[in-house]
Amino acid sequence: MPETLSRAIVALLLALCAAQVVAKEAAPEAADPALEARMTRITAELRCLVCQNQTIADSNAGLAVDLRRETRELLRQGKSDEEIVAYMTARYGDFVLYRPPLKPTTALLWFGPAAMLLLGGTVLLLVLRRRTRLAADAFEPDEEGEDLGERGDPAASAAASAAGPATGSATGSATGPATGIARP
Amino acid sequence: MKRFWFLIPLAAFLALAVMLAVGLKLDPREVPSPLIDKPAPKFALQRLDDAARTIRLDDMRGKVWMLNVWASWCVACREEHPLLVEFAKKRVVPLYGLNYKDQREDAKGWLARFGNPYDASLFDDEGRVGIDFGVYGVPETFVIDQNGVIRLKHIGPLTPDVIATKIEPLLKKLDA
Repeated sequence: MPETLSRAIVALLLALCAAQVVAKEAAPEAADPALEARMTRITAELRCLVCQNQTIADSNAGLAVDLRRETRELLRQGKSDEEIVAYMTARYGDFVLYRPPLKPTTALLWFGPAAMLLLGGTVLLLVLRRRTRLAADAFEPDEEGEDLGERGDPAASAAASAAGPATGSATGSATGPATGIARP
Repeated sequence: MKRFWFLIPLAAFLALAVMLAVGLKLDPREVPSPLIDKPAPKFALQRLDDAARTIRLDDMRGKVWMLNVWASWCVACREEHPLLVEFAKKRVVPLYGLNYKDQREDAKGWLARFGNPYDASLFDDEGRVGIDFGVYGVPETFVIDQNGVIRLKHIGPLTPDVIATKIEPLLKKLDA
């Protein structure tokens, strides 16, 4: 009984912690929730330059806080989303955009992965097609195939049934047949 | 021709290795500024040492000058500071400071303690002019020419090497 009680207390404490975390994240910065939502939507597309893998919306770096403030102010001035993005790129370059624009300098970035996949796929296809045209004796015999062949051999299977119980119990026994039929 | 096909994977590997090696050498923190060769953003800021006096971009027209972004809370600024003090002694070009997101008293105390290489410092407590200059990593240093065009931006602390190989040749070219 005391154990369930202490568990309940721990659960309650954890729940309280969680509630606090949520409260912290939802701290309202501006009185206008619509403007705040728009600001968050815009800054979620912009990279914070201080901690480069975070968005300006996520980051708590001083610069990100300032840039959110600037975004809010620009929105209040009635600027469009495009104008705000242009404001950022004029100062920090295309680097601030999580979705860089399609330009000659970014073509490799956009099409590189697809080109690599296409290249790899083409090479694979060519190799496979060449292989299907080769005669069977061009390949080395398969290990699994050998195994099966031996198991199909009546003498070998008889030996296996005889040796199986003896060596199977003593795992790692050096006397086990090397063919692998004594595997447990 | 067909004899050399086995070299293709090797060539592909070498190309990839070279690309990744170059990628390792690049510093992702050094973001190329779109402001190079563009007119410097207009500003009007209080002087750090005298809130009653304002410095504007237009006051600088006709001369080559340098703007160094600094703050008393910035550790790397302290690292580059002796170098700036030395550089200012040569009196090559006017050197202005942009005191970025700082407290006025802290900043003044910092200059009193470590020396003041600046002709004047601009007091940008909200960081607005910093944003207009695309500042993201203090210290940063700009060279601005006679026409008010930004010619160079250096991110991070200056080094003797940067001054000797990048800044001084540029100043010479600009005939400062």
